[in-house]
Amino acid sequence: MDILEILISASFWTAAIRIASPLIFAALGELICERAGVLNLGIEGIMVVGAFAGWLTVYLGGGLWFGVCVAMLSGMAFGLLHGVLCVPFGLSQHVVGLGITLLATSLTYYCYRLALPEVTSPPKIDAFQPWEVPLLSDIPVLGQALFHQTPLTYLAFALAAVVSVTLYRTPLGLALRAAGENPAAVEAQGLSVSAIRIGAVMVGSGLMAVGGAFLTMSAFNSFFFEMVNGRGWICIALVVFGSWKPGKTLLGAILFAAFDALQIRLQQTPLGAGIPYQYFLMAPYILSILALVVMSRRAQVPAALMVPFNKGER
Amino acid sequence: MRLEPIANPALTRRLGLPALALAGTVVIASLLAMIAGAQPFSVLGLILKGAFGSKFATLETLNRATPLIFTGLAVATAFRAKLWNIGAEAQLYMGAVITVVLGTGALAWPSGVLLPLIGVAAMLAGALVLLVPTFLKTRFGVDEVVTTLLLNFVVLLWVSMLLEGPLKDPMGLGWPKSARLIDEARLPRIIDGLRLHWGFGLALISAGFVWVIQRRTTLGYEMRAVGLNAEAARFAGIPVNATLIKTALMSGGLAALAGFSEVSGLKGSLTLDISPGFGYTGIIVAMLALLNPLGVVVAALFVAGIFVGADSMSRAAGVPTYLADIMLAVALLLMVLAIMLTRFRVRRG
Repeated sequence: MDILEILISASFWTAAIRIASPLIFAALGELICERAGVLNLGIEGIMVVGAFAGWLTVYLGGGLWFGVCVAMLSGMAFGLLHGVLCVPFGLSQHVVGLGITLLATSLTYYCYRLALPEVTSPPKIDAFQPWEVPLLSDIPVLGQALFHQTPLTYLAFALAAVVSVTLYRTPLGLALRAAGENPAAVEAQGLSVSAIRIGAVMVGSGLMAVGGAFLTMSAFNSFFFEMVNGRGWICIALVVFGSWKPGKTLLGAILFAAFDALQIRLQQTPLGAGIPYQYFLMAPYILSILALVVMSRRAQVPAALMVPFNKGER
Repeated sequence: MRLEPIANPALTRRLGLPALALAGTVVIASLLAMIAGAQPFSVLGLILKGAFGSKFATLETLNRATPLIFTGLAVATAFRAKLWNIGAEAQLYMGAVITVVLGTGALAWPSGVLLPLIGVAAMLAGALVLLVPTFLKTRFGVDEVVTTLLLNFVVLLWVSMLLEGPLKDPMGLGWPKSARLIDEARLPRIIDGLRLHWGFGLALISAGFVWVIQRRTTLGYEMRAVGLNAEAARFAGIPVNATLIKTALMSGGLAALAGFSEVSGLKGSLTLDISPGFGYTGIIVAMLALLNPLGVVVAALFVAGIFVGADSMSRAAGVPTYLADIMLAVALLLMVLAIMLTRFRVRRG
């Protein structure tokens, strides 16, 4: 099977869209945080929390959508912690974010061990099943790829539209963007920069957690340690790649996922068999770094990103 | 709420708040241990006993602190110039790889020549790993937080490849493990018969060295100026980019020494699990030390004590080992908060 054959197969694009879905949730979440002026390096840990919380809820007998809500709420709790420490207290967003990642990850593993003390292979749950959209799924290749997915994938794509419209077409979006560009102007309007930023970080973190939940509830049916495996960091690169715009970030996630799906398939071709598999695993990270280099020059960084705002100053 | 700078924080405030942060960490850890079924109030005692309760335990803690001093110094050096080096893990592994390449028999020289040579080569290699993101930052404005983080994954996969290929021990029964270092390439023990090796001594010397550079040299002054305000530093005629590159060389080199010391002093060969995240833990060490090089030694001992002590505590009390990581995360978050509150007062409105 050569590259061209892979690229026109429906199963390849179906996989690419599936791989993109958690990245879309998490990257949009990060985008919301950064657009409001707060870098959230807690993303990796918050995804772990979401993956675990969603899975545990379903494992304990909750419904799937209830699990998604629990994941979102647990992500929001960590978002609140990050927001409070970084916004009113103005602590270093880098350090707090990494602290949140460590806290969230270790708390999750700790809870996992409390919930299932002796288990070696984690139990499976009945995860989301693909839902074929009538008519649309009959379109060759494209229909298979886009409309033969689980409901969470559809939600991810809808979310990109919702975030885009909210950011650019509503007063809320205007206030949020202003908080990341010119917080003093927000304050002059009589709005609270702190409230907007903390709210944005909570909502963004909730979405990151749903991105994590996608892994356990839509992709793998089960919770494993290290299952998030750097996806959070990749999402931070995707936001830069997408130049802090929802549409471009969505596109970046799909491109990235397509590349990921391609490298998995290339490993099985005669061409790929001669190359150490580690090169294929490295590729996504190197690709992210290259994307950062290319996009950083043109990127429109929110002007007040990582700049703490202290009321009454300036 | 609003933050008001305090002109001259009282000593009680400067010491009391960090102490309160540590107390808070212990309380939270105790609560979590109780939830897991341990005796209430036993946690702190068990951790202290596990970390410093015997000669063996203390030496284990010192050994565990050694790589953390190096990575803590690496992070502290970089962060002071606001070069966000999250890639100490990659630099550590680079140092470890060089140690194995040069130390497994390729060069059959006496220890006195071989060890310094390996050390310097490891530092250069580690520095190179950080130089790439630093160059991308100074030349293209690429955020180094993400690039250094992503490079950790790249370097670890590369090491994994080396350990399954060129560096694999033919006698290793198929495990991805390097050959053992020759005796000339091993850092000697400090006291015969005890596991503590000269890597610890080297770490202490490095801490003193970094302190001198930071406090007594022009480079140290320039690094601090760049970290405080790069624009102002540039205006004052400080070569900002050159300073950042020197900072990167120093930081990457220090992190690589952690890899050198772990392979040459402790393990004697390279495996993929040589560092359980020493590079990341270095960030916590550096922050707890307020980026002070001598403070790094104290903070590394504290963090190593939590790891070693919590390990033995979790065995004794039947508590998940992840409690150590939770404690570190809580200590980190509460400590940065405490440090901030020593310098600012919170006002309503």
